[in-house]
Amino acid sequence: MNNETIQVLAAHIATHIIKQPKRVITPDEKILSSGLIDSFSLVDLSIFIEEHFGVRIADTELNPETFDTLAQLAGLITQRQ
Amino acid sequence: MPAQIEPTFPTQAGQAATVAQRLLDLAKQAPEKVILRLLFNQAPDQPITYAELLQRSNGYAQALAGAGIQPGEVVILILQHGADLAYAFFGAIFHGAIPSIMPFLTEKLSPEQYRRSLAALFEICAPAAVITYPEFESEVRQAISPHASIRTLLLSSQIAWPAEAAEITPTKGIQPADIVLLQHSSGTTGLQKGVALSHQAVFNQLESYSRALHLAPADVIVSWLPLYHDMGLIAGFLLPILSSIPLVLLSPFDWVRAPYRMLQAISQYQGTLAWLPNFAYNFCAQKIRPRDLEGVDLSSWRAVINCSEPMYYRSHQLFLERFAPYGFRASALATCYAMAENVFAVTQGGIDAPVTIDPVSQRGLLIDRLARPPQPGEDVISMLSVGRPIDNTRVRILDEHHHDLAERSLGEIALHSDCMLTGYYKRPDLTKKAFAGGWYLTGDLGYMADGEVYVTGRKKDLIIVGGKNVYPQDLEGLASEVAGIHPGRVAAFGVPNPDTGTEDVVIAAELEDQNLDPEDPAAQAIADEIRQRVTRGSDVVLRYVKLVRRGWLLKTSSGKVARSANREKYLSESDNFSL
Repeated sequence: MNNETIQVLAAHIATHIIKQPKRVITPDEKILSSGLIDSFSLVDLSIFIEEHFGVRIADTELNPETFDTLAQLAGLITQRQ
Repeated sequence: MPAQIEPTFPTQAGQAATVAQRLLDLAKQAPEKVILRLLFNQAPDQPITYAELLQRSNGYAQALAGAGIQPGEVVILILQHGADLAYAFFGAIFHGAIPSIMPFLTEKLSPEQYRRSLAALFEICAPAAVITYPEFESEVRQAISPHASIRTLLLSSQIAWPAEAAEITPTKGIQPADIVLLQHSSGTTGLQKGVALSHQAVFNQLESYSRALHLAPADVIVSWLPLYHDMGLIAGFLLPILSSIPLVLLSPFDWVRAPYRMLQAISQYQGTLAWLPNFAYNFCAQKIRPRDLEGVDLSSWRAVINCSEPMYYRSHQLFLERFAPYGFRASALATCYAMAENVFAVTQGGIDAPVTIDPVSQRGLLIDRLARPPQPGEDVISMLSVGRPIDNTRVRILDEHHHDLAERSLGEIALHSDCMLTGYYKRPDLTKKAFAGGWYLTGDLGYMADGEVYVTGRKKDLIIVGGKNVYPQDLEGLASEVAGIHPGRVAAFGVPNPDTGTEDVVIAAELEDQNLDPEDPAAQAIADEIRQRVTRGSDVVLRYVKLVRRGWLLKTSSGKVARSANREKYLSESDNFSL
């Protein structure tokens, strides 16, 4: 399940957030603290997660302390599904 | 007519001549008035009265005095959204010192780069003291070189609160022409230009701007703008606090994660005025869920003022369509042209009449440099007017020889007022260069029509992202350090993104290796490294990194990389972009 979630997230981020569809994002790569996802795109990400996975990420959770990699984010999603 | 507190500025003889005296007078008139309400993400709202503001600020003033800081010396504030920032700022002013607010370290920025910026700032403005949190002390200490001017590092935890507000007297001998504060733009280049403003300049601006806004006692200002930026510091902090207008203040950090909070705050506190950079119109319109707007009533909002980056008619339309169902009125859409060098506002539009929309030919602007009506078949740009100059400020449009241009001709915007900067702090060279015949040359391009000002672009290569000034040379310097890039063969520029309503930052860089295909994974690793380095070094996130072969970048006759020409080349080759 997690792998599939990671792939969906990676594809969304590459295509719609950083606009480099060919960019490979590995499960353990830092995506927030590295600046790959800028703060203006955090709300986008949480809206996408809510629409696609039916899981709510609170705005207070949009920080690297809560998740900083796709693996961590996918874990959070799976846990709440 | 019953007596009431006048929100406009007293300038008659015998009235407050300094910011400290003004605050003292207001606190005497209405000590229990809640002048500032701080909103937090996971804590209750914090109301602060004039009496509290005065008392706590005085604590900072006494701490500075106790540390031997002299009036006229610079005090750098490294504090986040919160009461201490307000207290430390006014405390420095009470003491007669000159506060300057430095952005806080963010999670994305590398600590090394932040330290370098701090060290550069310390070098340029020779501060006598820094005020920060105990948790941040070691970070700041590392940036202080052995030869630095800083004598005191004051921690927010060390401040004692004086018991009696009544005892407070600001430092004597401060004159209206003395410098009251410094404002810096971000980045290595921006830090070189600390805009020094006098008490009188601040008062003159607030007085004139209050008239332009018809500021009245019923107004409530709501802001999430950072206080290290002129729009936040003046419109979203000093204007309300020094005019007895309640201010509801959110953190920019929280706002970007939860933009609906500003709208909820307007609804809850009957907000009437707010300033936003253009991107925030798109951001709010696109990224707020309906459930977060339940019960929100925006009918109290009499002006939302678009300011600090190029503005688009479409952004106004998006905002209006999205929020009209919540009581937002079309008449509330307003515009402003502002800069720290004039304290803040140069013009204001949309208050006395709807914002003027001027449909002009795109070709006319680009080729003929004339804002003329479109001829059949020509593309139209709907220019938003930034309004008329406020009543203490005059605007001219100049050609390259500094001669006046005719109505509707495109030229450099120059201005003259009684609220100009005293100078760039300790940089008389830069100050001199900024003026021609007593007129400040803004570096912005625009035209005038029927007494209203239209801003079309910039003469300088400055990039503005989300209202924040970004100097391309800073980004180019960072990208040039990446292995595999031909040093110096890098161009950074901004391209407008109509979806987000702001600019995307692009870097085009030539590869060192002639045989490396820019599409090769090895080249992509170099692109990643550029992104990483630029983000960690400048806090700017790049939208596109374009790697190109040697010789792709266009150069000027003197061999320097020509940013605007390369921007045009990039746009003409790019299919993911349309105007």
